[in-house]
Amino acid sequence: MKSAVVLLPGLNRDRDMIAALTKISGKPPITVWQTDTEIPDVDLIAIPGGFSFGDYLRCGAIAARMPVMRAVAEKAAAGVTVIGVCNGFQILVEAGLLPGALMRNTSLKFVCRQVKLEITNANTMFTRRYQPGQIIRTPVAHHDGNYFADADTLARLEGEGQVVFRYADGTNPNGSINDIAGIINDRGNVLGLMPHPENLIEAAHGGTDGRGLFESALGIAA
Amino acid sequence: MIKARITVTLKNGVLDPQGKAIEHALSGLGFGGVGAVRQGKVFDVELAESDKAKAEADLKAMCDKLLANTVIENYSVAIT
Repeated sequence: MKSAVVLLPGLNRDRDMIAALTKISGKPPITVWQTDTEIPDVDLIAIPGGFSFGDYLRCGAIAARMPVMRAVAEKAAAGVTVIGVCNGFQILVEAGLLPGALMRNTSLKFVCRQVKLEITNANTMFTRRYQPGQIIRTPVAHHDGNYFADADTLARLEGEGQVVFRYADGTNPNGSINDIAGIINDRGNVLGLMPHPENLIEAAHGGTDGRGLFESALGIAA
Repeated sequence: MIKARITVTLKNGVLDPQGKAIEHALSGLGFGGVGAVRQGKVFDVELAESDKAKAEADLKAMCDKLLANTVIENYSVAIT
């Protein structure tokens, strides 16, 4: 499986994402820069976390308007798997590839801690290595992870199984509506989530709970 | 040259934790009777354009494409 990682100024989790993809797929991902207008043939595109363009204007807003995101949108429309983590999730919603918006945490504080995540839908290309309802642990580190969508959008997301990850056991760190931590698009090939599965993929991280997400998305047997 | 002020505000029904914190701080300062406070953004934009209608159309396009996230925000354009 070939993968690509999108690089933008201000992202800081790109090396973690590259390490995770290299370790799990056995091949280092190619990297694409913000000004690239084409992305080579790959099976998966990852947009890592960080603070692209200093989070100026709104988190992910400026990154979402860079040329590379037009290329990501074309690939997503062609069915390529896309994962956005943290700032990557914010960029995907700002680019209109996922519905809703990510707003300031209700605590107004940056949160950096481990949370529990429920696999709300295990029947997606991102979660098929997990059991339905399984609770996994992942770190979060963000200031703007408070997911919001209007009532119609929310009903559609819930009704169509597009809510894939939910904060569990009262660990919602940001006030996100319906405890939503991660969603997919209606076609099911674009995922955005606030937690960092790439930071929990080997024993040295203190656990491997995030590994299943990459194994699922890359079609790798557990 | 045309100068304009764009105001971006959160839509009704969208929770504004920053506005809430400001509201509490104002009450804490002893300002009685402070109702809801909502925080927004203001952009002052200079445009090398003399046609007001064209400027207004451009400014609205700027709001739709970048300055406002219309999922959660409304905007208004005032040419000054």
